[in-house]
Amino acid sequence: MITTAVFLPLIAAIIAGAMAFTNTGDDKAKKARLDMMAQYVTCGGLLLSAIFAIVIFKDVALGGNAQTVQLFSWIESGSLNISWALRVDSLTAVMMIVVTVVSAMVHVYSIGYMSHDPDVPRFMAYLSLFTFFMLMLVTADNLVQMFFGWEGVGLSSYLLIGFWYNKPSANAAAIKAFVVNRVGDFGFALGIFTVFMMFDSVNLDEIFTAVPMKANDTISVFGGQFHGLTVACLLLFVGAMGKSAQLGLHTWLPDAMEGPTPVSALIHAATMVTAGVFMVARLSPLFEYSEVALSVVTIVGGSTAIFAATIACTQTDIKRVIAYSTCSQLGYMFFACGVSAYSAGIFHLMTHGFFKALLFLGAGSVIHAMSDEQDMRKMGGIRKMIPVTYALMWVGSLALAGIWPFAGFYSKDIILEAAWGAHTLTGGYAFWMGILAAFLTAFYSWRVILMTFHGESRADERVLAHVHESPKVMLVPLIVLAAGALFAGYIGYESFVGQKGVEFWGSAILVLDSHQALEAAHHAPFWVKYLPLGVGVAGIGLAYVLYMWKPAIPALIVDQIRPLYTFVHNKWYFDEAYDFLFVKPAFYIGRNLWKTGDGALIDGLGPDGLSAVTLNLAKRVARLQSGYLYHYVFAMLGGIIVLITMYMLLGG
Amino acid sequence: MTEIPNMVPVIPEIFVAVIGMALLMLGVFQKAADDATEVKTAHLVSRLGMISLVLTMMLVATVAGSTFNTFSGMFVSDPFAVYFKILILFASALTLAISHNYMENQGIARFEYTVLVIFATLGMMIMISASNLMSLYLGLEMQSLSLYVIATFNRDDERSTEAGLKYFVLGAVASGMLLYGSSLVYGFSGTTDFQMLGNMFDGDHAPDASLGLIVGIVFILAGLSFKVSAVPFHMWTPDVYEGAPTPVTAFFSVGPKIAAIALFIRVMVGPFGDLVQHWQQIIVLISVASMLLGAFAAINQTNIKRMMAYSSIGHVGYALIGLVVANEAGVRGIMIYMAVYLFMNIGAFACILTMRRAGRMVEKISDLSGLSKTHPMVAAALAIFMFSMAGIPPLAGFFSKLYIFFAAVESGFFALAIIGVLSSVVGAFYYLRIIKVVYFDPPDETLDTPIDRNLGYVIFGTALIVVLFFAFPGIIIDGASAAAAAMFTK
Repeated sequence: MITTAVFLPLIAAIIAGAMAFTNTGDDKAKKARLDMMAQYVTCGGLLLSAIFAIVIFKDVALGGNAQTVQLFSWIESGSLNISWALRVDSLTAVMMIVVTVVSAMVHVYSIGYMSHDPDVPRFMAYLSLFTFFMLMLVTADNLVQMFFGWEGVGLSSYLLIGFWYNKPSANAAAIKAFVVNRVGDFGFALGIFTVFMMFDSVNLDEIFTAVPMKANDTISVFGGQFHGLTVACLLLFVGAMGKSAQLGLHTWLPDAMEGPTPVSALIHAATMVTAGVFMVARLSPLFEYSEVALSVVTIVGGSTAIFAATIACTQTDIKRVIAYSTCSQLGYMFFACGVSAYSAGIFHLMTHGFFKALLFLGAGSVIHAMSDEQDMRKMGGIRKMIPVTYALMWVGSLALAGIWPFAGFYSKDIILEAAWGAHTLTGGYAFWMGILAAFLTAFYSWRVILMTFHGESRADERVLAHVHESPKVMLVPLIVLAAGALFAGYIGYESFVGQKGVEFWGSAILVLDSHQALEAAHHAPFWVKYLPLGVGVAGIGLAYVLYMWKPAIPALIVDQIRPLYTFVHNKWYFDEAYDFLFVKPAFYIGRNLWKTGDGALIDGLGPDGLSAVTLNLAKRVARLQSGYLYHYVFAMLGGIIVLITMYMLLGG
Repeated sequence: MTEIPNMVPVIPEIFVAVIGMALLMLGVFQKAADDATEVKTAHLVSRLGMISLVLTMMLVATVAGSTFNTFSGMFVSDPFAVYFKILILFASALTLAISHNYMENQGIARFEYTVLVIFATLGMMIMISASNLMSLYLGLEMQSLSLYVIATFNRDDERSTEAGLKYFVLGAVASGMLLYGSSLVYGFSGTTDFQMLGNMFDGDHAPDASLGLIVGIVFILAGLSFKVSAVPFHMWTPDVYEGAPTPVTAFFSVGPKIAAIALFIRVMVGPFGDLVQHWQQIIVLISVASMLLGAFAAINQTNIKRMMAYSSIGHVGYALIGLVVANEAGVRGIMIYMAVYLFMNIGAFACILTMRRAGRMVEKISDLSGLSKTHPMVAAALAIFMFSMAGIPPLAGFFSKLYIFFAAVESGFFALAIIGVLSSVVGAFYYLRIIKVVYFDPPDETLDTPIDRNLGYVIFGTALIVVLFFAFPGIIIDGASAAAAAMFTK
């Protein structure tokens, strides 16, 4: 059943992909039939896969029946033994549920959202292919297979961001996502090499058993001796940073919003970007033995949380706001892992998967209604026209802001409490950054709601005339996700991070006795427990003041802090800095090598020069052939004279 | 008291001679006044000629395996000779197969053509089996005289007669050189027998070779170079190839060339094998010059037959690398090379023979444009032959070059191998240009369809051999290995 659940999306992707290659010409009816078939196949496959995932979850996580399915051997070379195997424990089971359920909902939603697109089968094939790779990633039994899934989701992400390949901005965004991820993946690959060097294996089980013995080993890097596990973990974390868009390698995520909205919901909110968090949790037995690596994870996570939240407050594109919000929430998950509260991180990953997908799909619904308008400055006052979407956006935002009893309340609280409970300097830093970010989160969430749905409409009349509620096929997935955003936190709390946690996770996550942040979290003082809720409410209140009751104030504030605002609005100038530091020099070097190095030097002396010389020679040689007999005889006699002379001079 | 020589090894030659004469008689007595019967007779003779050539091939095969010396050492039949004779017979039979339709269309379908081809074949067989300078000359002249005539076979066409005349005059000069060389060799050594010449220079005596003898060898070498059209004795080739009727050109490019290469090996490796350091440099020069000229001069050609002439000069240059190496691997390389060359060339010429517009033959390279639309199969076959000639794997032409270059590198002739590879890069240009014209240039006027059935068979068969060589290389390579080994066991 595990195998079926993992491979169903692949089969669906292949079938739908084959349909994408079928040329229908101008036959509209045939195309519609083909589109529908592709939709049925992929949605059917995913729904079935999701049902299997729930059954597997019941068996594995609740029944405590972790297992590994061996498929077949992949690489056998010396001491390197890698096989295709599906390792399913509680961690994987949770991920499988998140991936398949969200993916199934996105598939169904796409039927409505992409109904006017000419390339439906291709889109559905990509979505299913992505899901397969994601499942491969989370079920990996060894690091190489995980890398396979890791690269696979990167590929699908690239294909989907650039899905509308006629749009130059979409292509640029796709390339940017791919290139930035390459930096992270390089780190990941180096991390795998380091692990293999230390443990002589890439199989998770073998590594985990050997970790305590290697805990104090050092390895030599560039001549210096370093703590081996720290080096390995930091390198692996670079990979996680790339995929999960953490500070420094985050620049691709907002641009990735060029892709169709269902893609943003599935890949750039709920699943792929959480792969980094999953990886850190999966490798908890490694990270646990490196204090330095854990501290780095905490600091990066905390910084990303606040950094992205500030930017989200100044953006006007509805999808970009949510994208930065995703970035910020991923920061929460990471610093949870950094203080060894892996289960809290995964808990937030799950709840976030539901409400962020909900928010994205809701935003998609708004965009759909507004005739593909994404700029919030051109929206407003449409809550009466699309009431269901409006209500669902409220649910999603409440969950995101961490308001009781929505899912985000449970997961975000436990993370912040764990950060406080770690009683370390880095934990404290993360705690306060997290509180600040929580305030901003609530603020920008309501900024979105108020700018989009309330007040006077700023859209032009033609657009307004067309505003309509989305079809049922789009609303039903939203409602399912909203149910998740409502109840996932309450239901999961006890098992994931509460008293049943140890039993629930089994051996999937390792936490050393010296790292009991999660335990301490449950004994946090009153103010720690209720501060996140308090700042959340405060943030909402501020948003109401600024954008509902006194709409003139934001402009005044912006005027007061103009330099700071410009700095944040321009995303802390990360893109510009990278452009200056890496992109421009790379282009400069590339252009130089191309124009002077390749064009002038190599082509000039090589192919072009040679062919010119060749043609010239050919002309001269052809002129020798005069057609006169006596010339020919002369050549023969001359030839023999040359030969005999040569013999006398050389041969004799 | 002279004893009767052993006739058994000569049976194939005797058979060919008898058949040639019988067909001549048949033609003469069948000859009637009107054109229709003349064509019919020509057709019949051509068919019979083809059948008897195939029968000869079987006869040749029966004497394969061992070495016979007969006619007082004038004639030798060894695996080397058998291998080359079979190639020659293939060349002649395939030539007859692709000729008839052309001859009929040009209004020159006469039975003499077949008879001349058969006599030329006989001459070549004698050349290959010659083991005395006298029998060498005998075979060579018999072949050449027949070829002079068929070069002018379209005697109402100026270009054809011009080609024949040029070939004749230049051929006579070359024959003169060969004879002069032979007389020098005889004068300085006292014998014309290969065996005895070989013994004379055996081992320690090699440095004793006198200057006069070496000059004689150089003259012989020049005469043979003319026959294989190696630079600088190649000048006749483009003009004759262009002027002669196309099937004749096809025959020229394979039959006589293969026979002359065989003779080249026979003479240089046999009696003068121990003098290798004396003539090696000369062959290097000829080989390099041929490769380079073949590569460069072909680029500017617009007539496809002229282009093929330069291409054949280049191919001879490659083959001669094997002779420079002058060991078993080298000779084996030449033998494989010539076998592959035979099939590629006949195939390519068969494709050229399909180029007909409104009943008239056309032979400009640009006339091939759009061939892929009108004759997709022929276009594909032509592409295969061109790719093979350019030496693109996995086609036969790649492997034949590979064996040659491999032999050269193994014996330390790196410079030669490098020049060979580089000139085949230049050569690739004009081969690939044909493919470009065939597949990518818009057609101005379409060529006639359908093509002659015999041509179709030949094209299909040769293309199949070129394509499948890599799968079943054993047939050719084993034969070549055995034959090359025979050359080096004394």
